Amino acid sequence: MGHILSLGASLAAFWMLLSGSISLDHKLVLGFGVASLVLSIWLAVRMDRIDGTPVSVNLRPSLIRYWIWLAKEIGKANIDVAKIVLSPKMEISPRMIRVKATQKTDVGITTFANSITLTPGTVSVDIDNDEILVHAITDEMAQGLLESDMDARVTAVEAKIR
Amino acid sequence: MQLLIDILSWGFILAGVFFVFTGTLGMLRLPDFYTRLHGAGITDTLGTELLLIAMMLQAGWSLVTVKLAMISLFIFFTSPTATHALANAANAVGLRPFGVPAKDLEPGKREKR
Repeated sequence: MGHILSLGASLAAFWMLLSGSISLDHKLVLGFGVASLVLSIWLAVRMDRIDGTPVSVNLRPSLIRYWIWLAKEIGKANIDVAKIVLSPKMEISPRMIRVKATQKTDVGITTFANSITLTPGTVSVDIDNDEILVHAITDEMAQGLLESDMDARVTAVEAKIR
Repeated sequence: MQLLIDILSWGFILAGVFFVFTGTLGMLRLPDFYTRLHGAGITDTLGTELLLIAMMLQAGWSLVTVKLAMISLFIFFTSPTATHALANAANAVGLRPFGVPAKDLEPGKREKR
């Protein structure tokens, strides 16, 4: 019940942000807002029953710090891929590697796989159990991913949120 | 002050356009489906986000900026999911990646960490 209320409150705040006004003159618009709020909460509760993970808004400082670190990595990787694309010879050496994911929850593994895909040069292709199959555009990028501490960082953030 | 913001947002727009162009060039030049996804990744991440930051600078402290930030977050979450879905579908139907050493494609091989 607690998380239904917090979800409702954050959804209401979000709706107010997007609509920009909450005057009672526009009863139809307000009605639509309330209706979509109820529908969203009903859907969220229904989906909880299927996958067992409650929808929660968890913006911890550690998560924000991880995003900032990830943004830097994305910037660096983008420049590397841009260099490859723009160089006349375009030296690529694609690899398919398996990276071990140490996260315990589905959300954690999804975060790690999405982070891999977000950094250009590496795309997560498949996940089986605790291994992520990754396609990398060059051998260096594959090695870079294997050596990076991205996995450890995601696990650390996950441990704090859980 | 307005001049400074204009110059800054011009810088972001030019950088964003540069990365969108590079991503498009990558899509055209790279040899196969998987490597082209990496090219598209440039457009998805840095290109779009830089353009959104430039628009936020122009919009100033207003509701539009909040909405642009929401769009930026939304792209941040959906674009890797879509890319993964495409790559996963290609892998599921057995599309062979170009130029990958044969030992990488053996099933069950584990890379040492």
